[in-house]
Amino acid sequence: MNMNDVILRTATKVITFIILTFSLYMFFAGHNNPGGGFIGGLITASALVLLYLSFDLESMKKVLPVNYIAMTAIGLLIAVATGMGSFLFGAPFLSHAFGYYDLPLFGEKTELATAVLFDLGVYLTVVGITMTIILAIGEDQT
Amino acid sequence: MNNVVVLPILIPVLTGIVLILVRSLTWLRIIGVASLLINIGVTAYLISQIDATGIQVLELGGWSAPFGIVLVADMFAALLVVTANVTAVICLLFASRTIGEKRERFYFHSFYQFLIAGVCGSFLTGDIFNLFVFFEVMLISSYALIVLGATKQQLRESIKYMLVNMLSSVFFVVSVGFLYGAVGTLNMADLSLRIAEMGQGGLLNIIALMFLFVFGLKAGLFLFFWLPGSYSAPPAAVSAIFAALLTKVGIYALIRTFTLIFYQDPDFTHELLGWMAGATIVLGTIGAVGAKNVKGILVYNVVASVGFIIFGLAAFTEGALQGVVYYLLHDIVIKALLFLLGGAFLIAAGTGRLRSTGEWIRTYPLLGWLLFATAFAVAGVPPLSGFLGKLLILEGGLRAGEYVLVGIALLSSLLLLYSIIRWFMEGFWKPRPEGAPAGGETRVVRSLLMPCVLLLAISAALGLGAEGLAGFVDQAAHTMAEPSVYISAVLGE
Repeated sequence: MNMNDVILRTATKVITFIILTFSLYMFFAGHNNPGGGFIGGLITASALVLLYLSFDLESMKKVLPVNYIAMTAIGLLIAVATGMGSFLFGAPFLSHAFGYYDLPLFGEKTELATAVLFDLGVYLTVVGITMTIILAIGEDQT
Repeated sequence: MNNVVVLPILIPVLTGIVLILVRSLTWLRIIGVASLLINIGVTAYLISQIDATGIQVLELGGWSAPFGIVLVADMFAALLVVTANVTAVICLLFASRTIGEKRERFYFHSFYQFLIAGVCGSFLTGDIFNLFVFFEVMLISSYALIVLGATKQQLRESIKYMLVNMLSSVFFVVSVGFLYGAVGTLNMADLSLRIAEMGQGGLLNIIALMFLFVFGLKAGLFLFFWLPGSYSAPPAAVSAIFAALLTKVGIYALIRTFTLIFYQDPDFTHELLGWMAGATIVLGTIGAVGAKNVKGILVYNVVASVGFIIFGLAAFTEGALQGVVYYLLHDIVIKALLFLLGGAFLIAAGTGRLRSTGEWIRTYPLLGWLLFATAFAVAGVPPLSGFLGKLLILEGGLRAGEYVLVGIALLSSLLLLYSIIRWFMEGFWKPRPEGAPAGGETRVVRSLLMPCVLLLAISAALGLGAEGLAGFVDQAAHTMAEPSVYISAVLGE
């Protein structure tokens, strides 16, 4: 693709970071508010797609040597393993727990929940599968 | 609470995920087989628990029964899970010899495990929406398995298969929505309780018919027009597991809904089921007798047996339901066996057209005699597994006064025997005609016989060990005939 994309590239370099930050915000907001691993994953994937659009596949492969299929598998593993964590405590599959802890930097009484770990699995799976699909379609056009 | 109930679903899911990451072909096969073997062990343990303390229930995430999602392992579901896993192991052994390295590298093994997870989940769930979810897990894996390899025939058939199944999935969700609107719950035990209270009137009969349509389409009950094409497209091992498990899940769903939920108005629903079953038997038998090649004989045998099992459901006596359990277990094993024999024969003879084969008994005597024995197992000749199930179903039919349908079923058994014997006579016995294609490599075909022998041994064991199995089957049929057992196990008190 030989087109003049200076504006796209310059804008992408800034916008990508904004999108990625927003996706992280959405990911952590998801526990009590709208958001979560699925939406966070989709937003992250959209940032990555923007990068792939403005720079080409080869250079992106050098910058981000990530195997997205493996990423999907690891995400699924994390999600299932979180569900199975309840086996250790004699609770039914998929039970979750939360507690309040005093952490430095985050302040007193920060809520930590095992549901976030499950969400992390969902996040990785969504990023992995979205990128796999889009790259599989994109790679055919050479 | 008993976390063992979720393990038959979790083990294949975890294995499927791990197999995405595994690159070595040997390890793919070893891990796949090992996981299914572990699953058989776990389910056997689950059966011993059910036998000792009754139906096992797991409330996922600790949310209690009518509100949260439950997994319920009653004897019927557990017996089906263990048989499904046994058959799946053997089909996997066959698959790793025939499926080809390319398919294995493109995640065949992962999809296979996810398929098993969906099948086990459908058997074990106690919530009708969750049944839909596990149906989808199973179907999505089957879409992948049917198209994997992308030959022209596979692409053509997988489009039909996907369209039909998506349509039926849409109807499934719509029916679930209607049911929820009418009754206000989706937990199967709670549904049964509430429908018993409010009576199964016109509205609920319509919803029952919608479920009959959906599950009938998936099981190949009367609406089997999509089945012959789809089941003959993928490689033999995949067709075998489809024929053994996918239609059976539809049959299981029919049995579950029409013994546990919509059992108040049997004059309407079960009468209809009976006639649909009769029509399926007739059409399937005609197809099997008229088929000109091996694959045709195979797929129409699947269709006819679906009709036969549902006939047992329609008779709706405890004896007939026992027959249904026996026959369902038998049918899972024997349909896998038939398809594996078909696959081995296609490789051996190089063609499925009966007209241009012959005399293979000289090269492969064992394959020929295996097929001969299988024919008798399909027909239900005593030492093998089909006999007891058929006997009980027919007895139940006679008690219910369905003389016409019993006649149809008996005649079809004979004709199905004929259809397979014709394959035996033409493929193995008659002199080979001029210009018949050359066969495949002898060494390859011989290596395929071991899985077939194993399956036939299991079929014989099911027949000879029927006495030992009787206790379990009684429990399974008793739960179906007395929904209150299931309901009190799930909802407590």
